[in-house]
Amino acid sequence: MPTPERSTRDAYGQALIDLAAEDISVVAVDGDVGSATRAARFSVLHPDRVFNVGMAEQDMILTAAGLALGGKNVYVSSYASFLVGRGYEQIRSSVAIPGLPVKIVGSHCGVTVGEDGASHQMLEDLALMRAFPDMTVLAPADYVSALGLLKNAASSRGPVYIRLGRAPVPDVYADGDEGFVPGGGRVLREGTGVTVCCCGIMVSEALRAAEVLARQNICAEVIDCFSVSPLPARIILDSVHRTGCCVTAEEHFARGGLGEAVAALTSSAYPVPVKQVAVFDKFGQSGSPAELQEYYGLTASQIVSAAVQAWTMRRR
Amino acid sequence: MTPERDILAERALAVRRDVVRMIGVARSGHLASSLSIVDLLVWLYWEVLSLRADEPSWEGRDRFVLGKGHGCPALYAVLANKSFFPREELWSYRRLGAMLQGFPEIRRTPGVDAPGGSLGQGLGLANGLALALRDRTPAPSVYCLVGDGELQEGVFWESAMTSAHFSLDNLLLLVDRNGRQMEGATEDIMSLEPLREKFLAFGWAVEECDGHDFASMRNVLGRLGSRRGKPGCIVAKTTLGKGVSFLENDPSGGRMVLGRESMDKALRELEKGGD
Repeated sequence: MPTPERSTRDAYGQALIDLAAEDISVVAVDGDVGSATRAARFSVLHPDRVFNVGMAEQDMILTAAGLALGGKNVYVSSYASFLVGRGYEQIRSSVAIPGLPVKIVGSHCGVTVGEDGASHQMLEDLALMRAFPDMTVLAPADYVSALGLLKNAASSRGPVYIRLGRAPVPDVYADGDEGFVPGGGRVLREGTGVTVCCCGIMVSEALRAAEVLARQNICAEVIDCFSVSPLPARIILDSVHRTGCCVTAEEHFARGGLGEAVAALTSSAYPVPVKQVAVFDKFGQSGSPAELQEYYGLTASQIVSAAVQAWTMRRR
Repeated sequence: MTPERDILAERALAVRRDVVRMIGVARSGHLASSLSIVDLLVWLYWEVLSLRADEPSWEGRDRFVLGKGHGCPALYAVLANKSFFPREELWSYRRLGAMLQGFPEIRRTPGVDAPGGSLGQGLGLANGLALALRDRTPAPSVYCLVGDGELQEGVFWESAMTSAHFSLDNLLLLVDRNGRQMEGATEDIMSLEPLREKFLAFGWAVEECDGHDFASMRNVLGRLGSRRGKPGCIVAKTTLGKGVSFLENDPSGGRMVLGRESMDKALRELEKGGD
């Protein structure tokens, strides 16, 4: 496999540039981390369309909400730990309750942030954002899907949260691939043995796990659940009808993320065993992204063993 | 007393009576805090803001952001008296399914430009609005009214920096300086003074006025008219529970819920004031 060169955050600056060419109302709010979130690429081209409010995440959210009230198509970005962590109550009161179409872009999610350690490795953003009624929550797997989701979010009539990562990730999709819409998901590999629902960096891990499982005669169906809320429920349920068991995989706490969302869906609509691959009951720490992925069990081999367990528990 | 001022005073009295009635009927809501901003709102809505009641979402309108959302009965009564919606809506304030929620909601109430409910957030919303609107010709102005107690929220000062940094001279902040918060005097709980100097140090143009005297309000707005490149702030000295004697002197800071008798007493006082 070639060395990946693009991260999901790299898609952010490009998405803003592409959108701005079509829509004069596109603006971005930044909190002095534009180089890291890649908003800076946009601000070089359109300095008048970026408002850097400094290190003030609470004010960033309010400024973004006010810009949306004034008719702007607003993207606001920062490290997720601080944007959705420190800005949570501002998101709740001034974006989610009034239902404003603010695009909240949280970069630096998950343990693959690496050396900065626990304070910067956001592992509960999906839980926090999923809890809001009518908040679209998106977790792209690679550059192409991130670009598509960021651009499609522009036409959303309500608030959107988009989860991005710092580390380069392998391409899952080909350049120009389309159809990355809220509520959507993509079956990347068909199978009848076990359903694997995954998002973010775990999508390419799931594809690798499926290769291993195939050698054990378990045919895995891999679904990129880039829309964590609303879930691509029809795709997931159709799949578990056929497979009778499910594994979820995400770079997030087990609590409140994609895994619990899928478990809640299946338990009420078509109960099957669901095994979660996620971070269980501990915060992150410093280390290289690869070491941390291994340490926290966010690898293809974890998906393989969870799939085998789920497969033995299946009821068909 | 000029005739226009008489008219504003009359309107303020009518609004006060509606505020007392709506909170009385709902048996819920922040009466004293609502009464302290009535004159400021009446002045803004009848003399300052450019609005169209029959077209609440008119793009060219000035925007108003109520930071102290719990004072919304005063805003609702003003909007009803300006015919943004039927006055009958006032009597279902805070009821299930009502147009008029306990705190302002943009999706429910015509004429409400921004959400309010969580203290300290109004100025940040107003900044965003001012940034969004300032390139239009003519640029609508954004007015934001905040309580003094909510200035204790840290995010307010983040936003105060932003207003000055982006030279938002289409933004005017009004501080309802009634000196009281939930548990007592602001200066006892977390002192705010010297408030004027704080705003000056943050890069604002600041004036002080009597928040119950229309001439005083006009005067300071005139002086702030030349604030090129700076956000403007009016620190308006007000009295909690203004207009109802037993609320003005209430040591609990107006936290009491009015019973039927006190409501009647308050209305009698306000009716007398109209003579």
